[in-house]
Amino acid sequence: MELLQDAFIYLLAAVVAVPVANRLGLGSVLGYLIAGIVIGPVLGIVGSETEEVKHFAEFGVVMMLFLVGLELQPSMLWRMRHRLLGLGGLQVGITTLLIFGGAMALGQSWKGALALGMTLALSSTAIVLQTLEEKGWMKSTPGQSGFSVLLFQDIAVIPMIALMPLLAVTAVGDHGGGHGDGGHGDGHGGGGHHAGSALEGMPGWLQTLVILGAVVGIVIAGRYLIRPVFRFIAESRLREIFTAAALLLVVGIALLMNLVGLSPALGTFVAGVVLSGSEYRHELESDIAPFKGLLLGLFFISVGAGINFDLLFGQPGQIFGLAVGLMVLKALVLCGLGYAFKLRGPDLWLFTLCLAQAGEFAFVLFGFAEGAGVLAPEICRVMTLVVAVTMLLTPLLFIAYEKGILPRAVKTDDREADVIDEHGVAVVTGVGRFGEVVSRMLITNGHKVVVLDHDPSLIELWRQIGLKTYYGDATRPDLLHAAGLDDARLFVAALDDRDKQTQLVHHVAHHYPHCRIIARAVDRHHVYDLEKAGAHHVVREMTESAVSAGRLALEELGTHSFKAERQARAFRQHDKQMLDALRERWHEGGVDKQYIDVARTRAEELFQIMASDRAAERHDGSERGWVPPPKDARF
Amino acid sequence: MKKILVLFAHPRTDRSQVNVVLAQAARRVEAVTFVDLYQEYPTFEIDVEREQRRLVEHDVLVFQHPVYWYSSPAILKEWQDLVLEYGFAYGSEGRALEGKLFFNAVTAGARREVYCSKGAYNYELRDFFAPFEQSFLLCHMRYLPPFSLFASGHSSDEGRLEPHVADYERLLRAVAEDRLDLDKAEGMLTLSDDLDALIRPAGGEG
Repeated sequence: MELLQDAFIYLLAAVVAVPVANRLGLGSVLGYLIAGIVIGPVLGIVGSETEEVKHFAEFGVVMMLFLVGLELQPSMLWRMRHRLLGLGGLQVGITTLLIFGGAMALGQSWKGALALGMTLALSSTAIVLQTLEEKGWMKSTPGQSGFSVLLFQDIAVIPMIALMPLLAVTAVGDHGGGHGDGGHGDGHGGGGHHAGSALEGMPGWLQTLVILGAVVGIVIAGRYLIRPVFRFIAESRLREIFTAAALLLVVGIALLMNLVGLSPALGTFVAGVVLSGSEYRHELESDIAPFKGLLLGLFFISVGAGINFDLLFGQPGQIFGLAVGLMVLKALVLCGLGYAFKLRGPDLWLFTLCLAQAGEFAFVLFGFAEGAGVLAPEICRVMTLVVAVTMLLTPLLFIAYEKGILPRAVKTDDREADVIDEHGVAVVTGVGRFGEVVSRMLITNGHKVVVLDHDPSLIELWRQIGLKTYYGDATRPDLLHAAGLDDARLFVAALDDRDKQTQLVHHVAHHYPHCRIIARAVDRHHVYDLEKAGAHHVVREMTESAVSAGRLALEELGTHSFKAERQARAFRQHDKQMLDALRERWHEGGVDKQYIDVARTRAEELFQIMASDRAAERHDGSERGWVPPPKDARF
Repeated sequence: MKKILVLFAHPRTDRSQVNVVLAQAARRVEAVTFVDLYQEYPTFEIDVEREQRRLVEHDVLVFQHPVYWYSSPAILKEWQDLVLEYGFAYGSEGRALEGKLFFNAVTAGARREVYCSKGAYNYELRDFFAPFEQSFLLCHMRYLPPFSLFASGHSSDEGRLEPHVADYERLLRAVAEDRLDLDKAEGMLTLSDDLDALIRPAGGEG
C-alpha cells in the first residue's frame, strides 16, 4: 500500500504543479522542482524515501542518454565536430581548470580540487535538453551550441569516471571495502540497490581496463547482436513485446554497468549511438520516450524534495554563495567561448544562461569521489546541495531570458542559420513496390528522406541495397513524431492497406498542416477518400503503369509509336475528366444510379474519341494537333 | 496599358545565370503575365485551348529564350505548331491575333559582331529569326526585331548584364505604356543596339 500511496503523492504533485507552472510560463522543469519542494521540505509528506526515489528516477537520465545517443549519428557528430570538440572541449577544460584553482585556493588537496573541477564543469543535460525542446529552441544556433557542449560533457564523463579511481590510488586502502561505491555512486543505475561492484579490490589500472572493456563490449554487442534480436522480435508483430525488449535492453545495460561499477547512463548512451544507424531507431525512440519523460519528471521532483532545508538554512550564505559563484564563473566561461564561436546578442545570452548550472552527473561523480576517498563526505553533502540549488535556479534564468532579453533583442537575421537537420525534409511510409521508387528518386536527388516500414524482411533487404529504412508502424502518431514530421516538408503515404492509408493521411493532414501530402490510392474511390482526408496529391497505383502497357499494346498491334503516345495522352486526359465528373456524384450519393449513369456516358465518350482518332477535337469538329490547313484554305 | 504575355522557354533553369535574372525583371512588370513553358508543360503536352485563351487576353507576345541553333528551344516550336491553328491564328477566318505585337527577347552566346554578313555567322540575328517574323506576319501580327544580349556568358563579368536587365524592364514598360516607337523599331536589326533611340520618355507626349 505504501508504494501506491507514494505513487499517488508524486503523481498528484506533478499533475497539479506542472500544468500550472506551464500555464504561468515557468516551464515543466520548474513545475516539477516546485512540486518536489512542496511535497518534500515544505509539507514534509515525503521524507527519507526521496533519496531512494531519486536513485530510481535517475533511470530517466539513463533513458535520456540512450535517446540522446540514438540521435547522435556519426555523420551528425562529424558536422558538429567544431562546436562539439572546440566549444565543448574548451568549456569543460577551462571550467575544470578555474574551479580546480578555486578549490585549491580554498584549501582542497589537488586531487579533491580536480574531482570538484571536473564534476562541476558539467551541466544538466536533463534540465537543459528538456527546456530547449519544450521551448522549441533546440534547432536554433544557441540551442545547437548548447547541445554540442552537453554532448561533449556526456562523453567526457567516461574518462572522468575512469579517472576517479586513479585519483584515489593512494586512498583505496582507507576507503575500500563494502562502502566503496556507496552514496550516489549507483545513482544513474536506478533502483538504489547496488549490485556490488565486481571491481572492488582491483588495482586502479585494472579497473580502468575493465571499464573500457565493458564499453567496447556494448559497441560490439550493439553492432552484431542487438539488431538481429530486434528483428526477430519485430517479426512477431507484437508491439508490447517490442516495448518490453526496448526496456529490457536499457535495463540490461544498466545492470551490466552496475556490475562493473560504471555509470549505466554511459552504457546506454553508447548503445544508443551504436543503434542510431539501425532501422529500429525511431521505434526505440518512441517506445522509450514516455518512460523517460515520466522518470525525468520524477527525478526533478526528487531533486526538489531532496533539498536539505536544514543544511540550506543552516548556512544559507555559504550554500547560495557557492551556488551563485559557481554559476557566475561558468557563465563567464560560456560567454567568452560563445563570443569566440561567433554567438552574438540574444543567442549568446541563451547559450550562456542555459549551461551555467551544474548537472545531475555531479550526483554520480560526487558519489564516486566520496567512495574513492577523493573528497570528504561533508564536502560532498554541501556540494550536492549546491548543485541542486544551481539546478533550481536554472529555470529562473530561462524565464529571465525569455521575458527579459528576448523581447528587447533587435532582430538581426544577417547571420546564416546553421543547418543541422538530422531529420529529413521528406518522410516516406511504406517501402514496398511503390514507396521504394519514390524514396529512391528523392534520395538520389540529394534529399534527406526518412523511410518507415513495418516489414522487417523488407527493411533488411533495402538496407542491404543501401536504402536507409526504419522499422515502425507508421500509423502510430508517436512514431511519426519521432520520425521528424514536425520539420518535414513532404509526407509520402505509400501504405498498401487501404483503410490504414486513409487514417494515416487524415492524421498527418490534421496534425502537421505545414506538410504537403502525396498519397498512393488503390482505386478511384480511394482517391476521393484520400482527398477528403487531406491529401494534396493522390496517385492511383496502377493507372500510369496500365496506360504504359496499353500504349505498348497499341504499338505491338502496328500503331505508330507517336500515335500510340497521343492515344495514351488522350486516355489519361479523359480518365482525369472522368475522375473529376464522378467525384461530384460520389460525394453526393456514393455509388448510386446517377453515378453509374455518369460513368457509363463517359465510357462511351471515350470509345467514340478513340475510335474516331480525334483525341482532341475542336468544337467545330475539325481535327487538331499537327494537322495541315485544309485544301481550300485561304490566307 | 497594354497587356504583355511573356512565354519563357529554358529547359535548364537550374543552370541558367542570365535568363533567370531577365525572367525576374519581366515578373516585376505589372503588365506582364509570365509563363514558364517548361515548368507548365514538362512533357510537351501543351494545352492548346488554354494557350489560345491567353493569347486572346493579351496585346503583346514575347518569346523569352536563349538562342539554340540560331532559333529557340524546342518547346517554343512545339507551341507554335500546336497553338497557332488555322482558323484561329491564320487563314481568312483566323484573325484572333490581328494587330498584336510580337518580339523575341533572347540571349545569344556569340558577340554582336559575329552576327553579320562579314562575321563568322554570316547573317544578322534578325535574319535567322525570319521564320518567327513571317509566322507572326501570317498571323496578322506586327513583328519587331529581337531584343538580344550578345555574348551572354561573359555579360556578367563585363558588367553588361545589369544594364541589359534594366533595359529589358524598361522595354517592357515602354511597350506596355505605348512609349516604344514601333515604326522606327520595325526597321532596326535589333531592339537592343540602341534602345534609347526607340523609347519616348514616360509622361511626355513624345
